[in-house]
Amino acid sequence: MLVFLARRLVVALLVTLTVLTVSFALTRLSGDLAIAIAGPQATSADIEIIRKAYGLDRPVVIQFFDWVWSAARGDLGRSYLYHEPVANLIRDRLPVTLTLGITGLLIALCTAIPIGIIAAMKEGTLWDRGLMTISVIGQAMPSFWLGLLLIITFGLKLGWLPISGVDDWDGYVLPGIVLAFSAIPAMMRLTRSGMVDALASDYIRTARAKGLSRASIVLKHAARNAAMPVVAVAAVQLGFMLSGSIVIESVFALHGVGYLGWESISKNDFPVVQAVVLFLATIYIVLTLLSDLLNAFLDPRLRTS
Amino acid sequence: MSIRKIAATIGAVIVLGVAIMAVFAPWLVPHDPFAQDLNLRLVPPSFMEGGQADHFLGTDQLGRDYFSRLIYGARISMLIGVATVITSGLIGITLGMLGGFIGGRADMVVMFIITCRLSIPLILVALAVVSLIGSSLTVVVMTLGLLLWERFAVVTRTTVMQVRNLDYVSAAWAAGCSRTHILLREVLPNIVHHLVVVATLEMAIAILLEAALSFLGLGVPPPLPSWGLMISEAKDYMFFSPWVIMVPGVALFTLVLGINFLGDGLRDMLGATRDA
Repeated sequence: MLVFLARRLVVALLVTLTVLTVSFALTRLSGDLAIAIAGPQATSADIEIIRKAYGLDRPVVIQFFDWVWSAARGDLGRSYLYHEPVANLIRDRLPVTLTLGITGLLIALCTAIPIGIIAAMKEGTLWDRGLMTISVIGQAMPSFWLGLLLIITFGLKLGWLPISGVDDWDGYVLPGIVLAFSAIPAMMRLTRSGMVDALASDYIRTARAKGLSRASIVLKHAARNAAMPVVAVAAVQLGFMLSGSIVIESVFALHGVGYLGWESISKNDFPVVQAVVLFLATIYIVLTLLSDLLNAFLDPRLRTS
Repeated sequence: MSIRKIAATIGAVIVLGVAIMAVFAPWLVPHDPFAQDLNLRLVPPSFMEGGQADHFLGTDQLGRDYFSRLIYGARISMLIGVATVITSGLIGITLGMLGGFIGGRADMVVMFIITCRLSIPLILVALAVVSLIGSSLTVVVMTLGLLLWERFAVVTRTTVMQVRNLDYVSAAWAAGCSRTHILLREVLPNIVHHLVVVATLEMAIAILLEAALSFLGLGVPPPLPSWGLMISEAKDYMFFSPWVIMVPGVALFTLVLGINFLGDGLRDMLGATRDA
């Protein structure tokens, strides 16, 4: 287990470093930062001043190591726009994004697992096919469009929920639903296939032979085993949701980390862009690592591979 | 017919229909999709109250004919979908074949690259790159192609591993065929049905992603009628005339649904896996 843990940690570190290098290279190779910051009206003298002031005249490699070294010590640089340390900006915005991600995940789990179980119990029937077809339809829904439709329906026509901002808990309901929507189809399929396998297994036959009730068999025995991989995947899904929440945050005007990233991209605030990319990538890598470890903990066979 | 066959047929009809719209757009449009008429702003569709027979789906906030823009939008979505699949397919299939066929160290490197790609926050990085280079159709296509290859790589790698030890591959080795010959003539044709299914999935994802980027204002630049951009431009008017976001949204949803139905149908027909 220790060797496994160590190996996974090293890989996770290497991945983080590579993602860092790639995102740094992408932002540096695709254009001249100084020109982008200076804006269209700047003279070439202005651009030179900016290049010096932000240290962009140094070789790219040195800029990169300088940035990584500061980031490793927790200094993510200062925002060009807010004149504030980037770490503070992210810390202020983080609660919104985290609450949104967890709300979305909970909604997704509470919807996908029961539906998956029902589909598995009715395997091969019209019910099963119907539910699976709905999951395909769900996958085709553009999230930002779904968000706008919900805003029109529940926010405007019915007036039940706020259409933007999160002054109160109910501001998270609509964005949470939209975020959950993208994760539900995959989770549903996973629950269904796990449940189908579980229902066909020997221990279920034993439980039947013991004369246990149907409810007890399905809920206590089969569902517990079928839900395990779904919960393990949930960590990875949360990572995807957090980095995908940028679209939903902008639809609902939630000032979270995703919104911060989007805003800083459109305003050429590059220290923030880089920090947000690093931050979201790190969260994803940590969550994947946790899910791997959880799986290995639950199933010792995985530790050797 | 089973539900699945019906769904696959519907999917094929939708995709074919949109493809025809895209190819023959200039001959199909009733109006110039870029011509503005400020006297005719936000006219509702002809089947709604206050609509005009001349504008089937009404006009947008600048008085441009919505139906004509919708037809031209099909061009952008199909172009994005097809071009992304080609670029990402080339990258992903190459990587997957290297990892799956050679194995060992090469495979470890390929797996590492895939893990890195998965850790990159997709939308954020795509937005940043498009913003820096400047938004244009080519930039969006290239960015999506360079970012969306991981499913191709994963599926190619897994299926190549299943195929590489089969008898006909051993026979080809014994017959003295070169490595390239075996990869391209023996292995590739036997995994191509899996790749076709991945291609449909990837096309759907690329179309949705382009719409999202354009919606956020960093995708296809105006005045090009991308469906995502149409939704974005119309959203300020959606409270008084909800149909302005319904029209492009339904088009986008229908196309992606059609592609997904077609993909599911192909998977059943070809016996391929779709899940990475």
